[in-house]
Amino acid sequence: MSTEEKRDPDGQLPYISGHSLSTVSEKIADVTTLPIKKMPKFWYGGIILGICLVQLLFLAIYVLITRGTGVWGLNIPVAWGFAIINFVWWIGIGHAGTLISAILFLFQQDWRMSIARFAEAMTLFAVVCAGLFPLLHVGRPWLVYWLFPYPNTLGMWPQFRSPLLWDVFAVSTYATVSIMFWFTGLVPDLATMRAKTDLLWAKKIYHGMSLGWTGAARHWHRYEIAYLLLAGLATPLVLSVHSIVSLDFAVSNEPGWHTTIFPPYFVAGAIFAGFAMVLTFMIPVRAIYGLKDLLTERHMNNMCKVMLFSGLIVAYGYGMEIFFGWYSGSPFERFMVLNRGSGPYAWSYWMLILCNVLVPQFLWSYKVRTNPIYVFIICQFISVGMWLERFVIVIISLHRDFLDSSWGQYAGTRWDWAMYIGTMGLFLTLVFIFIRTLPIVAIFEMRELVHKNEDHDEDSH
Amino acid sequence: MSNVKQINTYGVVAEFTSGHAVLEVAHKAREAGYTVMEAYSPLPVEGIDEVLGRKRSILPWLVFGGGAFGCLGGLYMQYWMAAVNYPWNVGGRPTFSWPAFIPVTFELTILCAALTAVIGMFALNGLPRPHHPIFNTPNFDRSTIDHYFICIEATDPKFDEQDVTTFLTEFKPEAVNTITDA
Repeated sequence: MSTEEKRDPDGQLPYISGHSLSTVSEKIADVTTLPIKKMPKFWYGGIILGICLVQLLFLAIYVLITRGTGVWGLNIPVAWGFAIINFVWWIGIGHAGTLISAILFLFQQDWRMSIARFAEAMTLFAVVCAGLFPLLHVGRPWLVYWLFPYPNTLGMWPQFRSPLLWDVFAVSTYATVSIMFWFTGLVPDLATMRAKTDLLWAKKIYHGMSLGWTGAARHWHRYEIAYLLLAGLATPLVLSVHSIVSLDFAVSNEPGWHTTIFPPYFVAGAIFAGFAMVLTFMIPVRAIYGLKDLLTERHMNNMCKVMLFSGLIVAYGYGMEIFFGWYSGSPFERFMVLNRGSGPYAWSYWMLILCNVLVPQFLWSYKVRTNPIYVFIICQFISVGMWLERFVIVIISLHRDFLDSSWGQYAGTRWDWAMYIGTMGLFLTLVFIFIRTLPIVAIFEMRELVHKNEDHDEDSH
Repeated sequence: MSNVKQINTYGVVAEFTSGHAVLEVAHKAREAGYTVMEAYSPLPVEGIDEVLGRKRSILPWLVFGGGAFGCLGGLYMQYWMAAVNYPWNVGGRPTFSWPAFIPVTFELTILCAALTAVIGMFALNGLPRPHHPIFNTPNFDRSTIDHYFICIEATDPKFDEQDVTTFLTEFKPEAVNTITDA
């Protein structure tokens, strides 16, 4: 990047530069229309690794279904183990996508445009991975429709007072709305892909998927209204989903779970983890596909600021948990806090503090925030830290609660790990299929950004 | 009975490289008395709705209706299931313990409103529609990349192929084409 580049009044580099409507369309579409033989090794490596790990997932599911949930390390007192930890971890990762596409859209943050599509796709894939855990934890996943209110021969209905049922509605609504939001955003881009691809069969598929989008003014008119409304609806939705997930814990009276701080603290943690995951993928993709002019250092800087802010809220949450433990006056709550810091799982608590509280403090530095390698490393710490956070909450509270005669220990078995690593493979596979088949940056929104800059230039002359 | 479908003129299409040009053409065409026309663009053209004389879509009201249906329907569903059809005494609490029903009501409100927004938008736009006469325009592919098109349609009472072509040519477009609906 040249130093003579135009800077905006705040002295910041532009979010996009040196592009016209056609070059920006071309550049993004090229990532997708690249002949399969010319795909970078990175892509091949990613998808092969992903598919291998998916085999592990299939194996883990097969073993689980044929032998039962006993193959997991679950027992009394810890009857909620990896399944809930991984569920909360994945669903939290998904939240960044909706935050970027909906909340930042409402705040008219133009920098969201380049990362929104990728983040939304990650939302979907993360929700798929998250959904697998409760689905399989029920033990007989083919009967999962029992969770929904449907007329049945017993004449019974679900228990609507239970947070676990709220979760069913929250997660299924979240999945549905995320898919619709993503698809609606894709439609004009699919029309661009129809124009950009040379293969007749691919043209037909893109045309069909774009539903015959013509770009008519009356269509754009309703499209923009619908998109704005969807953003407005997705915003309270995303806040509600992780709040309801946190109520799974907070509504119970388990020490360490029964606190009012859980909903906001969970939502902040979700954003924290989600941005870390978006950056984890964005940093290699922008380097390998040469998208550094669309996904700039300034984007990284902004995302790191969001991470730092949500990380501080999370750190505040950890502080409050200790305070509540003391202030509750309950010996069980006090013991829970001491047990976190010095019990058999103290390693996980202190690792958590290292990953989620100490390491992110490096993000105060501008130099760190704009250095892809440092940011990538910090993001890995955050991903691990957010997993440990759920581990600490779930395991440490459960393994020693009220009745000390029933204290116990918990460890994930090999099938717990196989399932967890397997879903990572599923996520990788879906992400790399997405990179191959659909535009990874919202083309028409980038066109709007280019157009805006052009108009701005004309005005200033 | 004839198997040959009647081929009609759909309209005359002009191709431009900027949204401002299309806006100007639409404005002048309205002044010249044309009423049935449509602009096609790679991104929304600001102000085109006013120039084309379009009212704001009813979509927001439909979405409100969808949301209201989800909210009231969701609450009623839980009331009927938990308090009417299978009343279940949990610790002596009222069967219609509505505060506990709010999360599901909220989620169903969002779900129904969002479904209405997406399905309503596509339905009002008449999509999916795989075949549209406008796709017969040469170079129309660029309407999804960087070119702007405006079509004065044959159903316009003032439509005359020659007149419209002359009228559009005055704006120095990239191309002017008459397209048919087959």
